[in-house]
Amino acid sequence: MDGFNLPVLLALVAVAGLLVWRRANTLTWLLFSWGALWAFFKYGFTVPIPQSVATIYLGITTLALVCFASSSRQRLAEVTSPIVRLIREPRYKLPLAALLVALPALAAYNVYADMNVPLEAPGFGREVHPSPNPTITVHGETIDMATADNPYTHLHEDDPEAYEEHLENGRRVYYENCFWCHGDGMGGDGMFAHGLNPVPSNFNDSGTLPILQSSFVHWRIALGGPGLPEGGTPWDSAMPAWEKFLTTEEMWDVNLFIYDFNGFEPRALGQH
Amino acid sequence: MSRNKILFGIGVLAFVSVIVTVRLGGFLVDNEYRQPDRQVAAEEALGETELTPRQQGIADEQAADEAEARALPYEEAEYRTVPFVGSRVTVWVLAQLHLLFAAFVLAVPMFAFIIEFIGYVKKEERYDKLAYEFTKLLSVSFSMTATFGAFLTFGLIILYPKFTNYLMHIFSPTFLPYVLLFFLEALFLYSYYYGWGKFGPKVHLFLGFMLNVVGTAIMFIANAWLTFMMSPGKREDLDGDGVPDFVSAVSESGALLSLRDAFFNFTWMPINIHRIIANVAFGGSIAAAYAAFRYLQAKTDEEKAHFDWMGYIGNFVAIIAFLPLPFAGYYLASEIYAFSQTLGIQMMGGTFSWLFVIQAAVIGNLFLGANYYLWLGMGRIEGTAHFQKFIKYLLIAIALCFAVWATPRYAIASVSEIAAMGGSSHPQLSYLGQMSAKNTAVNILILSTYMSFLLYRRTGKQSTHPQRQLLSRAQVIVFAATAALVIFYGIYGYYVDAATRIRFAIPQVYSVLAAMAVITIIDLPLYRNARQPGETQWGKMPAISQYALIFIALSFTWLMGLMGYVRSGLRQEWHVYGVVLDTSPDAYTPTLGFATQVVSVTVLIFFGLIGVVFWLSSLSGKKAYEPKTAAELEGGQAA
Repeated sequence: MDGFNLPVLLALVAVAGLLVWRRANTLTWLLFSWGALWAFFKYGFTVPIPQSVATIYLGITTLALVCFASSSRQRLAEVTSPIVRLIREPRYKLPLAALLVALPALAAYNVYADMNVPLEAPGFGREVHPSPNPTITVHGETIDMATADNPYTHLHEDDPEAYEEHLENGRRVYYENCFWCHGDGMGGDGMFAHGLNPVPSNFNDSGTLPILQSSFVHWRIALGGPGLPEGGTPWDSAMPAWEKFLTTEEMWDVNLFIYDFNGFEPRALGQH
Repeated sequence: MSRNKILFGIGVLAFVSVIVTVRLGGFLVDNEYRQPDRQVAAEEALGETELTPRQQGIADEQAADEAEARALPYEEAEYRTVPFVGSRVTVWVLAQLHLLFAAFVLAVPMFAFIIEFIGYVKKEERYDKLAYEFTKLLSVSFSMTATFGAFLTFGLIILYPKFTNYLMHIFSPTFLPYVLLFFLEALFLYSYYYGWGKFGPKVHLFLGFMLNVVGTAIMFIANAWLTFMMSPGKREDLDGDGVPDFVSAVSESGALLSLRDAFFNFTWMPINIHRIIANVAFGGSIAAAYAAFRYLQAKTDEEKAHFDWMGYIGNFVAIIAFLPLPFAGYYLASEIYAFSQTLGIQMMGGTFSWLFVIQAAVIGNLFLGANYYLWLGMGRIEGTAHFQKFIKYLLIAIALCFAVWATPRYAIASVSEIAAMGGSSHPQLSYLGQMSAKNTAVNILILSTYMSFLLYRRTGKQSTHPQRQLLSRAQVIVFAATAALVIFYGIYGYYVDAATRIRFAIPQVYSVLAAMAVITIIDLPLYRNARQPGETQWGKMPAISQYALIFIALSFTWLMGLMGYVRSGLRQEWHVYGVVLDTSPDAYTPTLGFATQVVSVTVLIFFGLIGVVFWLSSLSGKKAYEPKTAAELEGGQAA
């Protein structure tokens, strides 16, 4: 249960058990389901989930519960009859009055809680992967982004020794230049990463390197932040244009190395 | 005074106010102040008026403008603009409206023809009546399609003349067949509609069949134009090195090299398949919305029963077509990715990726709405208590899959949230944002919806098949095994490389399709001669079910608008990707918020117009006008 807040989960399970034991009615179950999921999204994770995602989840929860409650006449009656009793029967006057005070108070507290957040700099939504132009120019050479491939990949089969040499060279280049930001283990958590917003790419992530062709990674290494396309501007990238500091071979070598280190293969041309 | 008279009075008053204001403005301009000078008055009397400085200024300006206009050389315009709205939004809205009506006009004949055919085979008149009810919607919609087609054509010629001219250069040989087919479509459509009951059933079915053939052919031609703009060529391994090469249909300067490659371009067939399926789903939902509209208006039990049944069939058509739609969409997206890394990344990882989160939310709502309607539909049938207990499990499965599908890979987060997560992705939830989880979710959603339908189908029925227990268990095993297989591939996908993971989508899809086929094959004999102690009471649906149908239609329409924008917007600053650059002021990619607003306004306009179609179509069922008799008139006066 790594990553989850165990006491919260246990408390929710305990309340659910209590409702089963007390044979709670449909309305109570619906209210509990909504409240339990709200508590789970808010406090159930050791790393809190972003508010935007929690809102999506709670929206889906609300819709689903409304659908459930109204999807048959009998269930609708089960849900509404306690509410009707609460409003109509004189013996519930006190709880009804308490509810009429509690509901606006809850809404007011919600507004207060929403407004009472610490001021912070706006977050930078980033495009996950910027789209490259059809061709790029690196060291004066034009590269077709659709068809270009790492010129040393084939050595893995054809000349393993030469392949190892390129890999070693890539390792040297990485730990001399890249690990400051991208980290020792390539998790995007290098010693300078905390000062950057957005944070550097995490190469361990299975949604990054494997879905990109090696030409794409070459483009990002060679031209860096200054080479980002006009579409999607303004960019906010601290990635240097490494073509100014490295040779073409060094850049393809480090490209080879980051794939090899993470156990990923580049996306192939024409691959679905 | 009656409400209608007051409204009429307000209208007249408003009209008169406008006229008076305009006339008053004109009067004030014509009678501007002049110096009361005797000499001026005398000159005016003689007809030798000296112009006032203002009049002189106006005359000079007019003369200068005229001289400038005469000196202007003729130049071909590249673009023209529309005030306030802009050229792009104008063409965007017109194209979308044309497309929505066209999709409807192409889809309705497909299922009207099938329903008529079922009626012919089963010898049941109610199917024939239903097919006719669907066809009634076609006549006005066809005119709307043609009207917006003309609007769009003129819009393109006027606002994007150079680009339109370029498309003419490429596709001019296809225009004449297109017009000819359009003429034939009109011929078949009107003979199909007006010939209802006038021809023999076989001849009439033939007309319906031809209407479908011609309509589909028209769409295939139009699809070639728009897919060329996205992928102007094909990919083929020319040098045999295993790496596909790009074979452009045009030269570097844009001159046509091969009409065949331009027409049968890379994304042509994926769009054809996707559009046919989507059109049927959309058409079914709109027809169901029409039935819902009529159901809510219905006065008699008979009318209610008829439109309840029509709504059910329309929705059934929509959902059956909707189930394979995610697969067709996946095929189209993967072909776009395979054609161009840039377009693929732009679509799934770049700016447009957020629209897919919105898409997931809308599709999730559609699934929920479709299931909800089926569950409500169980209320039509007596003896549903047995199946009601399954609904909560289906709902949990659907809500969970919906949540997984709507989980973004990279969340919108504040700086403190990003800092807490150590990046834009959450350590646990980011797993749900990946393709493995999403493919699994959509497959389980489809399976769950299918199970809802199956439960609905057997509500109130008791199988009399001698092997009913065995067959029912076999169905449960197939369902459980398929769900387990889909989930297994989903989890295993996290432990393999990307290429293998992407390939896992294929067994997932095939296993779900196969499971649905096998379960249906078992279900048919199982319930063929079933006892039916609980009778289906058509027309006994609560009103909320009809609003669910309208909601489904609205969601389908909005989804079509949104995904149409994604497909078209992907080209970004290109009219024809990589060939003709958009140099107009509208070449930028609009913000996601603006794009969704345009889609929403378009959907509202469409529903306004489809409301007119519904109203016009419903007129045929109304009583003929009868003038009031003298006695009635007198009675009215006395009252």
